[in-house]
Amino acid sequence: MTISRLRLPARAAAAAAVLALAAAGCGGGSQEDDQTITVVYNTYGGFMALHNALEDVKPAFEEANPGWTLELQPLEVAEGDYRTRIQLMQRSPSTAPDIVYEDTFWIQGDVDAGYLAPLDEYMAGWEDAEQFNEAVGPAVTAADGQRYGVQLGTDTRGLFYNRELLESAGVEVPWEPETWEDVLEAARAVQREHPDVIPFNMYSGTPAAEASSMQGFQMLLAGTEDRLYDEASGLWVTRSQGFNDSLEFVQTVWDEELGPPIEDALNPNIGSVVGQEWLPEGRLAIALDGSWKSQTWLETGGRPWPEWSEELGWTAMPTQNGQEPGRVSMSGGWALAISAHSPNPEMAFEAISIATNRENSLNYVSMASEIPVRDDVREDPAYVEANPANEFFSGLVDVTEFRPAFAEYPQVSDQVMVAMESVMTGSTPEEAAQIYAEEVTGIVGPEMVTEAP
Amino acid sequence: MASSTLTPPPAAARARRTGSARPGRRGIARWAVPLAPAVLLLIMFVAGPIVWSVWAAFTNAALTGAAAANTEFVGFENFQNLLADPAVWNATVLTLIFLFGSAIVGQNLLGLALALLMQRRNRVTRAFVSTVVVGAWVLPETVTAFTWAAFLGREGSLNTALAALGLPPQNWMYAAPIFAVILANIWKGTAFSMMVYSAALQEVPPDLKESARVDGASGVQTLRHVTLPLIRRSILTNLILITLQTLQVFTLIYIMTGGGPGTRSETLPVLMYEQAFDFGHLGYGTAIALVLLAVAGLVSAVYVRALRAEGSV
Repeated sequence: MTISRLRLPARAAAAAAVLALAAAGCGGGSQEDDQTITVVYNTYGGFMALHNALEDVKPAFEEANPGWTLELQPLEVAEGDYRTRIQLMQRSPSTAPDIVYEDTFWIQGDVDAGYLAPLDEYMAGWEDAEQFNEAVGPAVTAADGQRYGVQLGTDTRGLFYNRELLESAGVEVPWEPETWEDVLEAARAVQREHPDVIPFNMYSGTPAAEASSMQGFQMLLAGTEDRLYDEASGLWVTRSQGFNDSLEFVQTVWDEELGPPIEDALNPNIGSVVGQEWLPEGRLAIALDGSWKSQTWLETGGRPWPEWSEELGWTAMPTQNGQEPGRVSMSGGWALAISAHSPNPEMAFEAISIATNRENSLNYVSMASEIPVRDDVREDPAYVEANPANEFFSGLVDVTEFRPAFAEYPQVSDQVMVAMESVMTGSTPEEAAQIYAEEVTGIVGPEMVTEAP
Repeated sequence: MASSTLTPPPAAARARRTGSARPGRRGIARWAVPLAPAVLLLIMFVAGPIVWSVWAAFTNAALTGAAAANTEFVGFENFQNLLADPAVWNATVLTLIFLFGSAIVGQNLLGLALALLMQRRNRVTRAFVSTVVVGAWVLPETVTAFTWAAFLGREGSLNTALAALGLPPQNWMYAAPIFAVILANIWKGTAFSMMVYSAALQEVPPDLKESARVDGASGVQTLRHVTLPLIRRSILTNLILITLQTLQVFTLIYIMTGGGPGTRSETLPVLMYEQAFDFGHLGYGTAIALVLLAVAGLVSAVYVRALRAEGSV
């Protein structure tokens, strides 16, 4: 070898050896075994439900397919970083896993990026496919009409209210508001009767991030005739009446001091404050929140509150003027998708079909406090009885809507939060909607925007 | 001591250069081969990413969406957008405020003051003060950020203390977020300036100060006319280093305020992160990084020029 002929100091040789090893390590990546299916997912924040579910899937898959291995690769990174991480992994065939756990609203962007493989062909040959509720189909369907993921579970959104506070304020319980005005009226009644209580909370402004846009603003917008994105024309909508009206609702909440004090509303941790303090302590009368909220109050949660289901009631968020379908919900949820780089997509789908069969889906949604996407699981007594609010929140799946799943969405959503924050702090809805229109035009390009009449 | 290590004497550099140029081909192999692994590693892990990010700044590289599949060269589009983007201007102004408040004024003056006050104190006092100040510097940035967030938060220790004194609570993180992160950065970084100045002050000959005092100069006059001119080079070196350190502060701000509320503490590094990773615009994010690099380069060039002018006097 040339190195030994030069009689270099041992140190140089060692360094060269290390370098050679490092280079070999880079090229190798994950050992590409022909008979291995890898699945990448997240366990951040103590989220073990999927990990536990997949640990049951692994032996089932390996038993049904002798010679094959299902390799679990859990990551433990915060949600935003998880997204970056899996997107980086999917950029190269040598690092791309076969199966990847994706938030359904990343799917369109990742399809455009060429990261994901279409699943229609496999779904067609799978008898369980028809069990997946039609309303949640759009969440995993890309612009080309093909499905790119199989959902594990979803979530819905609605109103939680403190029965005693509403009743003592003269609001009839069980409470069933039919219009936005009914919601505001109930909040005003609480305000008159209990000046020390926060009448109503909705997430709003930039600190609460996506919760403001999705749980707050889009829950209002879904009750109007307008949307952020028009499916029919494929254009983003600005200056719509519904957008203005939704901002006006936000303005009313803070102008009339029906919402929490502004510095509380703009606290990034408001989500956990609502769940761990305000609702259990009876300091908040009405909360527009997510179906998973009760997870915190279970025996295993962060703030056990055994009486929650007696002290709180829950009802759907109504449409603006009571128009059809009368109640609204927004949904998210995660899916298992197959990488476009996977050398064995059929086997990857085989593993996914085991992970999302009736039994495993039921286990998963029970552990994760999610809403089932399979009709047979939704109707399963074991699911319905697990939590008194399950039946109600899973019923919202029939009317639920999804966010526009495009690569530009996070930025558009950011502008929604900015618009909310500016009406909270004194701008008029018209001014905020005008700035939103200009910013969105800048983000998606003028040819991708339509102005509502 | 420190001032001489921070600016290596030119003689040493010259000696090294002539030493390496002399030998023939065999001599080249003698130093090139052992150096090769290190150079290769540097090229792979340092130069490579830098070249990539310069290239990426001129493309529409993205983490997701159609641009991730077909990354195209877009010329100066990112830079044109950047100039027209109010968020970039906002971030630039905030970065300069952060730099001026926390480094040039805060760390620098506080560090100098501490170094001056610690002169001629007994060993116990000196050891105690340096341990406390250096302790803040040694703490990881994440710990510092959490500590300050807990201290300044609405239900934090500061408000508890104010309430005990009967004073109204303040909501620093909401009312003056940039001020909150400046305070935290001063707290964290002052030790560095203090150490540089302590070392420099030891180099000031005591007899000069003595004679100034004999001539009737007051303490302030001695400082102004004797001490400061003698440690000028250390001041400049310190300014360069803390400027570069402060321009790249990310963790502290990201953890304390996340750049918010709104964009009221969103400095250039935080904006860059948001664009590249939250919005997936790698191209635009790296363009912002290049701007930051240019700002840092410009500031250091100014300092280096000043330092060279000083040196020739």
